[in-house]
Amino acid sequence: MQWETVIGLEIHAQLSTQSKIFSGSATTFGAEPNTQASLVDLGMPGTLPVLNAEAVRMACKFGLAIDAEIAGKNVFARKNYFYPDLPKGYQTSQMDLPIVGKGHLDITLEDGTVRRIGITRAHLEEDAGKSLHEDFHGMSGIDLNRAGTPLLEIVSEPDIRSAKEAVAYVKAIHALVRYLGICDGNMAEGSLRCDCNVSVRPKGQEAFGTRAEIKNVNSFRFIEKAINHEIQRQIELIEDGGKVVQETRLYDPNKDETRSMRSKEEANDYRYFPCPDLLPVVIEQSFLDEVRAQLPELPVQKRERFESQFGLSTYDATVLAASRELADYFEAVQSVCGDAKLAANWVMGELSSLLNKDGLEIEQSPVSAEQLGGMILRIKDNTISGKIAKMVFEAMAAGEGSADEIIEKKGLKQVTDTGAIDSMLDEVLAANAAQVEQYRASDEAKRAKMFGFFVGQAMKASKGKANPGQVNDLLKKKLEG
Amino acid sequence: MALERSDVEKIAHLARLGLNEADIPRTTETLNNILGLIDAMQAVDTDGIDPMAHPLDATQRLRADSVTEENRRDAYQAIAPAVENGLYLVPKVIE
Amino acid sequence: MHQLTLAEIARGLAAKEFSAEELTRGLLARIHQLDPQLNSFITVTDEPAIEQAKAADARRAAGEQGALLGAPIAHKDLFCTEGVLTSCASKILSGFKAPYDATVVARLKAAGAVSLGKLNMDEFAMGSSNESSHYGAVKNPWALDRVPGGSSGGSAAAVAARLVPAATGTDTGGSIRQPAAFTNLTGIKPTYGRVSRWGMIAYASSLDQGGPLARTAEDCALMLGAIAGFDPKDSTSVDQPVDDYLASLNQPLAGLRIGLPKEYFGAGLDSRIADAVMAVVEELKKLGATVKEISLPNMQHAIPAYYVIAPAEASSNLSRFDGVRFGYRCENPQNLEDLYKRSRAEGFGAEVKRRIMVGTYALSAGYYDAYYLKAQKIRRLIKNDFVSAFGEVDVILGPTTPNPAWKLGEKSNDPVAQYLEDIYTITANLAGLPGLSMPAGFIDGLPVGVQLLAPYFQESRLLNVAHQYQQATDWHKRAPAGF
Repeated sequence: MQWETVIGLEIHAQLSTQSKIFSGSATTFGAEPNTQASLVDLGMPGTLPVLNAEAVRMACKFGLAIDAEIAGKNVFARKNYFYPDLPKGYQTSQMDLPIVGKGHLDITLEDGTVRRIGITRAHLEEDAGKSLHEDFHGMSGIDLNRAGTPLLEIVSEPDIRSAKEAVAYVKAIHALVRYLGICDGNMAEGSLRCDCNVSVRPKGQEAFGTRAEIKNVNSFRFIEKAINHEIQRQIELIEDGGKVVQETRLYDPNKDETRSMRSKEEANDYRYFPCPDLLPVVIEQSFLDEVRAQLPELPVQKRERFESQFGLSTYDATVLAASRELADYFEAVQSVCGDAKLAANWVMGELSSLLNKDGLEIEQSPVSAEQLGGMILRIKDNTISGKIAKMVFEAMAAGEGSADEIIEKKGLKQVTDTGAIDSMLDEVLAANAAQVEQYRASDEAKRAKMFGFFVGQAMKASKGKANPGQVNDLLKKKLEG
Repeated sequence: MALERSDVEKIAHLARLGLNEADIPRTTETLNNILGLIDAMQAVDTDGIDPMAHPLDATQRLRADSVTEENRRDAYQAIAPAVENGLYLVPKVIE
Repeated sequence: MHQLTLAEIARGLAAKEFSAEELTRGLLARIHQLDPQLNSFITVTDEPAIEQAKAADARRAAGEQGALLGAPIAHKDLFCTEGVLTSCASKILSGFKAPYDATVVARLKAAGAVSLGKLNMDEFAMGSSNESSHYGAVKNPWALDRVPGGSSGGSAAAVAARLVPAATGTDTGGSIRQPAAFTNLTGIKPTYGRVSRWGMIAYASSLDQGGPLARTAEDCALMLGAIAGFDPKDSTSVDQPVDDYLASLNQPLAGLRIGLPKEYFGAGLDSRIADAVMAVVEELKKLGATVKEISLPNMQHAIPAYYVIAPAEASSNLSRFDGVRFGYRCENPQNLEDLYKRSRAEGFGAEVKRRIMVGTYALSAGYYDAYYLKAQKIRRLIKNDFVSAFGEVDVILGPTTPNPAWKLGEKSNDPVAQYLEDIYTITANLAGLPGLSMPAGFIDGLPVGVQLLAPYFQESRLLNVAHQYQQATDWHKRAPAGF
């Protein structure tokens, strides 16, 4: 049977406010346990919440960026359940009237296809604390520093059809929240977390299958693996005559499998009701206008501009627009060298692999955009070849100066003097007389294969500095002659 | 909508209240008496009436985003039943 | 000195007839002597009180003035007081020395009031007889075999017995007004949002409101003036200037339009209380008021709606008492669930558990619409009734309670019978309106209270009417025998 996968994602983005959503505690990551847990965060009797204006503004930014309806009034509700990392015994969240309503986001797949993913809603809520399970004489330790950190929970429509699409969507949300400056996107620290609702159905069937929710998958790679694993599990289960049960599952990256997290006998009944300690939040149109006016150019707009202004492919434009910092870097390189395609190739190629290898962010790049742009200029004016450029790039990365300085110091300037190349080629042909004989005795097809050998020898003899175009032309003449 | 023993057990579990076996019949009866009093409101016509969550038609005031709290962990944990290394201790949380 | 009202104390302190320290020492001695028969205090803070009194005397010596500077008061034990046990009269808050002061406490402290201690109450303010306290029932100074009312029963008993001239209380369904009525005191529940709830341990957040109990309207005006006002720490606190309650006390009542809701005088009301109410009406007429019958047609639905909304909010508010970060924790919990279930089962009393369960049920899947949402709609109907009534009259007058104080134990096994006693008071909480109860006579030696309700934020009107009535009558001056 042919199966179709249906995926909906719930992404929790920690908003990068200074203070918590309902208290004046700091939100800094990694502080000593419970040193950022105030009376309100601890759920001390008698304490009350007051809403952080910045959290509201950030949620509105997000809403505007995904073209969502932002209702004039949103309401906080209590979600009641007992857990040690939830100090009040309820999570203050939003239920019936979330701050951000229906919107959408366009994602680009690797083949360049653009898909529109619906976003059902996004609502504000408070994060919980953390339970630490290392052994305190058979006890768990509770750290409430994270309790009360503002979260924006972004709920997608079940529009996603594959693990790859899911990753592309999460990357697009990741890029967006970073562009907007509302979340640092640090998945390792849990600033952006993802719950995946996965189900399968026979191709062509309209009704959804029963879904399982995979909780807290915290890297792009794991999202793809966890979903693929879950799809496989569900298909095998159904094909073996079993049934998928609606449950929460946990992805174990070590074993690359998902397993059931809670026994389902405990049906949750969260008893949502409007929080009586908080009043309805009213969003004025004038406020939204002000927020809209301050929105930066967003990833999708930037991608479109990169395509139209620079003639980049959709894929290249998507990769470059994925982060604001990368896009800014690319544009700086482009403005120095005036060649968007070369700039894109170098940024996505050599530069990216250099950063990846050293685990660096673009802001930490040892090669500045000015340096890279300057080097590309030297490629364009034939001062150096692409191959030499790689050496120059490495030298720049090692901190040896600008491209011009390195070319000068190392004598890497390309040889374009026809006379010099001519005599160098004569020497090369003389040293390889046997091969020349062979070449001349061969047919067209064989010659084409052998030609590369002579080019290689010539470039080697010139230490890569001879202009490859000139080498080609002259060599051809000499061999044919 | 009279409650039965199983309903009472379910409610007590949701509210994390331990029930004494011997008390369940009496608790069930008392809760049913209270619900009997409450159920009188089912007869009221409330069609078209908006539910009212707050007595005043006020709206939420927003706080400036600034850190105003300092670390008072020692004072707060002085009244805690069990702490170690700055953490609140609970029986092992199994996930 | 214990017979002095707050206003008289203010004058005495200003005239240096006595010091705050003398006054405080005298009252502390009186508490230790007399309170064992009443059980109105959970904690008496002798040493801090004397320190505060000395500090007040020093401030006054340095030239500072202020009506409450050096005035003794006490707090209902659900106002957080830093470093002092704040118990809500519950075992579950055993050992809970609050790490901060409630705004009400902080404001009275700043005004120089001297706190003598923390007062008994119904556990978590759930009750109208003060019998649900973990620290034992409180007795009514007017008849030691009777309840003082609740939930602010300790506040009422202590003030009525002249152990302290005024006390704070809270009112979620009548918990200031009803005990005031049962003990011959004046008590005011302000408009919802007038007094900060920060540090006031919640029972039902959308209904709770703090306020004073004292012997006179003038003293209530003094206290309310000190505690009312905007508090940025409470999102439901209203940012609106506070009236000068003292200044408006003496306005004449000529032209005052009084509404008598016909629903208040139906079955269930002790006819002698009805008579007392009508006597008050006659007195107010003499002072220039006019009277008109009005209707609050949805009043009868208030009890069911209240007993859904209050328990629903309470069930959630009381989830934080879980034995993890403060308060009572059961011995040797076997696992997490055992920790929760036993700590809460052992820590909460029967009435609190009942209300948590009712509230949990009302919010649970499948019942939310029929209970919680329905109750909220009725709540609006009740508010609408008042809004239209206040289009015709300036104040609404009626009995505070259908009966005078009942005997200890009389209704303790019948929660529903106790709930029905709240009939006249809970509407003001549902609507968020200010309400005041004042002494209006006696039945068989037991005090009778009359309730006044006014439009939003017109506390000054209530205090004005009560004060004018108290200038013309002397019910409020009577003290219980032996105190």
